[in-house]
Amino acid sequence: MPTALILGATSDIGVAIAKKFASEKFDVILAARKPESLKPLESDIQIRYGVNCSSRAFDALQYDTHMEFFNSLHPIPEISICVFGILDDEALAFDEWKLTERMINTNYTGAVSIINVIAKKYISLRRGTIIGISSVAGDRGRASKLIYASSKAAFTTYLSGLRNKCFKDQVHVMTVQPGFVYTKMTENQPLPKALTSTPAEVAGIIYNAYLKKKNLIYIKWFWRYIMFIIQSIPEFMFKKMKL
Amino acid sequence: MKKQITNWGNYPVIEANEESFSFTEQLLELLSREEHFIARGNGRCYGDASLAGNTISTLKFDKILSFDKQNGIFECQSGITLDQILEVIVPAGWFLPITPGTKFITIGGAVASDVHGKNHHVDGSFSNHILEMDIVLASGETVNCSTVVHQDLFEATCGGMGLTGIIGKVKFRLKKIETSYIRQKQIKAENLAELIRLFDEYSHYTYSVAWIDCLKEGSQFGRSILMLGEHAELKDLDDRQRKEPLRLPSKKQINFPFNLPSWVLNAYTVKAFNFFFYAKNLKKEINNVVGYEPFFYPLDAILHWNRGYGKKGFVQYQFVLPLDASQGLVEILHRISKKGMGSFLAVLKVFGKQESIISFPKEGYTLALDFPVRGDLLAFLDELDQVVLQYGGRLYMSKDARMKPEVLKSGYPELDKFKEIIRKYNPDGKIHSNQSDRLFLTIN
Repeated sequence: MPTALILGATSDIGVAIAKKFASEKFDVILAARKPESLKPLESDIQIRYGVNCSSRAFDALQYDTHMEFFNSLHPIPEISICVFGILDDEALAFDEWKLTERMINTNYTGAVSIINVIAKKYISLRRGTIIGISSVAGDRGRASKLIYASSKAAFTTYLSGLRNKCFKDQVHVMTVQPGFVYTKMTENQPLPKALTSTPAEVAGIIYNAYLKKKNLIYIKWFWRYIMFIIQSIPEFMFKKMKL
Repeated sequence: MKKQITNWGNYPVIEANEESFSFTEQLLELLSREEHFIARGNGRCYGDASLAGNTISTLKFDKILSFDKQNGIFECQSGITLDQILEVIVPAGWFLPITPGTKFITIGGAVASDVHGKNHHVDGSFSNHILEMDIVLASGETVNCSTVVHQDLFEATCGGMGLTGIIGKVKFRLKKIETSYIRQKQIKAENLAELIRLFDEYSHYTYSVAWIDCLKEGSQFGRSILMLGEHAELKDLDDRQRKEPLRLPSKKQINFPFNLPSWVLNAYTVKAFNFFFYAKNLKKEINNVVGYEPFFYPLDAILHWNRGYGKKGFVQYQFVLPLDASQGLVEILHRISKKGMGSFLAVLKVFGKQESIISFPKEGYTLALDFPVRGDLLAFLDELDQVVLQYGGRLYMSKDARMKPEVLKSGYPELDKFKEIIRKYNPDGKIHSNQSDRLFLTIN
């Protein structure tokens, strides 16, 4: 059975992706900062889907541990999915450099650090799939998501470049750009029902896109066009808008 | 962010904050806030038991912790629904020890309502099958309880409508099955007297329940269909069924897409429905083997069937009367018939013996009725309450959205003990619901 690594398995989308791949008979390695909190999910996946599942400690901000972390995984996962990311209060973050720095370092620096390690391994094996969960927010910077959006923009750009770099070595890189999703992160925001997905829907779409070896997907599909329109607004107008 | 929430009866509808948690640490973070709260599962109780200005949803706290396939012992967090559990246990040859008429409730809800099933007279209610559970109190402290340790907390949690804390994990015993099918017997009863006689005659059946036509008067007063069942054994199955005896039913569901206008349900349409429901069984007795879903969960096949009662919603009224008070049953059915307050679902069942502080079941007849909300309904139900109390009965809090505190107090003699236990474990009174406030369980 192939193995999937979920980096950031405590997030709602991480849990949903782990369950989806397990239901398709993948063995699953769950990774998060506090692996002891993953124990219930681990037993749940083993019992429901009859696959192997284990939990590992992983901290996106401890860059120098990433190499050791990935090399310690047995078997080497065929597919690595990078789900972690944080959205802090942007107003607070603007005042408080530590928060800004933590957001950038989690969403971008930490992701690049671990994915570089994984990509090197996959290139040497000439196989493997890397899936990065970015965000539609990264498609255009705006006031209310200043740091989050720019860190996701950088991550999207990194994934695009990595896809180009890895192509000749048969390593596939897929970028996922979800729009609104009902998660802990968005629990207290009013979200338009028609535009919002559930974590289970997101996981199902990612799995199907993985089978089809897609490069860049939006969830749901219409977000591609929404973001196209938003990107087409001239800057002199956009800067005056309340977004 | 406030949003509108309501339970299965669509009555009442309130504005509330809803927060969720997937991990224990997140729950502790929520509990560390100052606000009052009530736990909420899948919103399948009918009234306001899980409604409050602040609700904590358990739906993401839904992990299976262990499943001993040899001995049939299952352990899970409180937010998992029965249908998810069935998907895991049925193929392994096990079944829920107790199941209510829907599989879309959470385990936490099953404990908080101490649910009963068609087998109450044989197997008791859900609490009889719990080995142990963890309760997270409002203080954030986790207390393990069972019939042996912290027995008071255990007893006040079973049927206690979530007022002792958030149920963390529950460990309970399953029932062994050879097949996922039910050997069913349906018998038509001409009237209430015959039905009561049949209940007695067939009391050795594990599962029994009756549908009653509550609008029929005269010699056919209380005509009904008694439905009996046993878990089928391999030898009961035909060749096709025997190929996969523990088959899970397919997930096909019909959706009720919109609220039916409230006037659609009236005495005439209910009479017509009842006529066909009774007439569809041509023979006096039917014996067949069916899947467990049509037997236990006939209404789950229609998603959102509650919309059939219209936007104003409905109230379910379920009471229990002692065995020697069947005259009370007659009186209540007469009053309903006279008022033309017909109910599509009038379900009668005999409870076996049960001792508990706050759980609903006790030995006797229990009748569940659905009434669409209309102008004079609440006054009418207050009248019925008096009849129920007069005959020594009581009401089911999971179905309740309107009873008065005196009615609860008269029906549950151990109520003060229950309140004392709530106060002992949650002295700062942070846990309350609209129902608990209305019934003076959490406000004095």
